[in-house]
Amino acid sequence: MDIKVFKDKCTGCKLCQKVCFYDAVDIKDKMAYINENCILCGACIEVCKFDAIEIKEQAPDMDFTDHRGIMVYLETHDGRVLDSGFELLSEANKLKKDLDTPLYALVVGNICQDEAKKAFRYGADWVYAAMHAVFENHFDDIYSKVLVKTIKKVKPDIFLGAATPFGRTLIPKVAAILKTGLTADCTGLAIDSQSKLLKQTRPTFGGNVLATIVCKKTRPQMATVRPHVMEKIEIDAPKQGQFKEIKIQPGHYGTQYKMTGTDKKQEESINLSDYEVIVAGGRGLGEGKNFSMLKELSEVLGAGLGASRAAVDSGWISYPHQVGQTGKTVNPKIYIACGISGAIQHLAGMQTSDIIVAINKDAAAPIFKVANYGIVGDVFEVVPKLIERIKSGKPLIE
Amino acid sequence: MVKIKVVVCIKQVPGTTDIHIDPQTNTLVREGVENIINPFDNYALEEGVRLKEKSEEISQTVALTMGPPQAEQILKDALSVGMDEAVLLSDREFAGADTWATAVTLAAAVKKIGDAGLVIFGKQTLDGDTGQVGPEFAQRMHMPFIGYVSKICKLDRKSIQAERLMEHGYEIIEAQLPAAISVVKDINEPRVPSLRGKMKAKKMEIPVWDRHHIGLDAEQVGLSGSFTQVVKVFTPQSKHEVMMLEGSTAEQVEKLFGKLKQLNVVQGA
Ligand SMILES: Cc1cc2nc3c(=O)[nH]c(=O)nc-3n(C[C@H](O)[C@@H](O)[C@@H](O)COP(=O)(O)OP(=O)(O)OC[C@H]3O[C@@H](n4cnc5c(N)ncnc54)[C@H](O)[C@@H]3O)c2cc1C
Ligand SMILES: Nc1ncnc2c1ncn2[C@@H]1O[C@H](COP(=O)(O)O)[C@@H](O)[C@H]1O
Repeated sequence: MDIKVFKDKCTGCKLCQKVCFYDAVDIKDKMAYINENCILCGACIEVCKFDAIEIKEQAPDMDFTDHRGIMVYLETHDGRVLDSGFELLSEANKLKKDLDTPLYALVVGNICQDEAKKAFRYGADWVYAAMHAVFENHFDDIYSKVLVKTIKKVKPDIFLGAATPFGRTLIPKVAAILKTGLTADCTGLAIDSQSKLLKQTRPTFGGNVLATIVCKKTRPQMATVRPHVMEKIEIDAPKQGQFKEIKIQPGHYGTQYKMTGTDKKQEESINLSDYEVIVAGGRGLGEGKNFSMLKELSEVLGAGLGASRAAVDSGWISYPHQVGQTGKTVNPKIYIACGISGAIQHLAGMQTSDIIVAINKDAAAPIFKVANYGIVGDVFEVVPKLIERIKSGKPLIE
Repeated sequence: MVKIKVVVCIKQVPGTTDIHIDPQTNTLVREGVENIINPFDNYALEEGVRLKEKSEEISQTVALTMGPPQAEQILKDALSVGMDEAVLLSDREFAGADTWATAVTLAAAVKKIGDAGLVIFGKQTLDGDTGQVGPEFAQRMHMPFIGYVSKICKLDRKSIQAERLMEHGYEIIEAQLPAAISVVKDINEPRVPSLRGKMKAKKMEIPVWDRHHIGLDAEQVGLSGSFTQVVKVFTPQSKHEVMMLEGSTAEQVEKLFGKLKQLNVVQGA
C-alpha cells in the first residue's frame, strides 16, 4: 500500500485515528500505524497537524496537449433540452476562462435544430448535435455510441454531464469505454491554478463530508454534476458559433434493449428535480389522507411534493416522492419541510437546498439545525393558514 | 442451456448515522460508528434470494464483496438471509480502488465464478456514493445494464424484463442475459435473518481470493488501477443560523409569507 507515516514527525496524537471512517489507524508506542482497512481516502492527511502522513502518488508525466476544450453533454427529453445542461454550460463558460479553451456543447436527442442551437445562448462556441428518432428511447448503448465517437474526434480535456438518473447510467458507461476517470455527482468545479487540473468536489457520507477528486492519468477528465447546483446564465448578446450536425445512420445504432412499456403519465409533481420549490411531509402528518393538505399547498405554490422515508414506509405516498439517502437527492431554491424531524438520512437528500423552511411542533427537532427559517408549531394549523394566506392575497392580521 | 447463477455485489460501509462534527477541531468524529452492509445492498440480496425461491432456472446465488478481511462479516449476513455461497475479494493491493478499478476486480471475479446470468447491484453506497460501479462493471463485461430497477417483471434463462424508475416516470425494459441491474429501495422488503440461517452462515467457509486468484496484474487493481484520486476530504463549513419565526400562528404565517414574497415565490399584499 502506498500510504506512509513518518516516524520522526508523528507524535501519536490520535487525531488521525479519530477522523478515520474505516478503523484503519492503530496507535502503538506514540506512533500511528495504518492497517489493512485503509482505503486511501486521505481524511487523516487533511487533519494531521504535523504533516506526518503521506500517500505516495506516482505522478506520471503525461502529455495531454492534444486534448483541448470543455465539452458539455446536454440531455434531452420529449424534444427539449433539459435545464441541467444549460446550467452546466454556464458553469463551463466560467471555467474556460481559466483555461483559455473552446467550449463545446453536445446535444443528443429526438429534437430539432432550433432547440439544439439554444446552447449558443449559454456560451457554447461549438454545438455538435445528433438529432434523430433513434434517440427517442433513453438507451445507454445507443447514446454511448455517439458520445464516444464525438469525444474521440474532438478530444476535449474535460467532459461534463448532468447527474440525472439517465446521466448516471450513461456517463459511467462512456467513461468505461474510453477508460478514463469519472467523478460522480459533483457540486463544485474549479481549475487548479498550477496543474490546470479540474478539481471536482462532491458530497459523500450523506453530505457530511466533501471530497475533492482529480483525474491525472487519463483524458478527458469526466464528471457528472448535480442538477440545480450551478446557475443557468443566459448571455445577452451571444455570438453565433459553429453548428455541426452529426450525421446518424440508423443502421449503426442497434440496441440490446427493448422498451415494452412506459408510465410517464404518473401523478404530477413526481419529477422533483423539475421544481424550484418543494413541499415535503413526514411522520408529523399523522396519516395518509393528510397529504391532501400538503398537495394543496404544493399546488398553490406550483411546487413539487416530497416526503420523508417515514411517510413513504407508512404507505401515505409513493416511493418516487421520497427524499433522502434511500430516495432522491433534491436541490430546489426553497424546500419546505412539514412535520419532518430531520433524521440525517433525510438531510442527506435535501440539505444543499438554497433555502430551507421547517415547520415542526418539536423545537428540538434536528431539522431546525439545517433550516434557514423555522416555525415551531402544529402543521395542521400552520399549513391551512398559509394556504389561505396565499389564496386570498390578504394579510391575516391588520 | 445450463441454469444461471445470480451474483449479488455488496459493500461494507461505515454507518453514517453517528458521524458528527467535533466543534473544537471542526473535524468528523466517527467514534462508535459501526461497519454495516450498504443499505441498498440489502434490497439487492433480498431480490437475489427471492428470484431463486421463485424460479427453477437459477442454480445458485452468490454474494460477492471486495474489501478488507473484516468485510467477511457482511458476507456472513448475506448467507444468513439465504444466499447459497459467498466470495471475499481481499488483497492489500486492492486498496484505494476507484469505481473503475472496483469494476475491473469484480468483473474478473464474476468471470471466475462462471455462468452468471444476472448480476445485481445496489443503487449506490453510503460512503463513495457514486452509483458508478454497476454501469462500469456492465461495460467491462459487455453486458446490458438496467439501473434504478423497482421491479423485476420477468426473468428466464434468456432474458430479463424490469421496471426502472427514471426522472420522468417508470419504464419497462427488456434485455438479453447475461445482464446487470441496480435496484432501488422500492423493489422489496428485505427479510431479517432466521436463527437457522444464522447458524448455517456461521458454519460456512468463505473463500478469500486475491489478485492472483482472479488473474489480474498489479497495475489493474487498487490505486494503481484507478483513474481518479481523492486529494482532499473535508467538512463543509456550517452555513447559517436558523431564524425562528415567532408569535401566534397567524403571526408566524404572516412572517413566512413575507419571506416567501421576498423570494418571489408568492405574490400579494
Ligand atoms: C470520499 C470518496 C469519494 C469518492 N469519489 C469517487 C468518484 O467520484 N469517482 C470514482 O471513480 N471513485 C470515487 N471514490 C472511490 C469509490 O467510492 C470506491 O470506493 C469504489 O470501490 C466503490 O464505489 P462506490 O462506493 O461509489 O460504489 P457505488 O458505485 O455507489 O456502488 C453501487 C453498488 O456497487 C456494488 N459495489 C460497490 N463497491 C463494491 C465492492 N467493493 N464490492 C462489491 N460490490 C461493490 C454494490 O452493489 C453497490 O451497491 C470515492 C471514494 C471516497 C472515499
Ligand atoms: N402535528 C404536527 N405538527 C408539526 N410537527 C409534527 C406534528 N406531529 C409530529 N410532528 C413532528 O414530526 C416529526 C416526525 O417526522 P419524521 O419522523 O421525519 O417523518 C417529529 O419531529 C415530530 O415532532
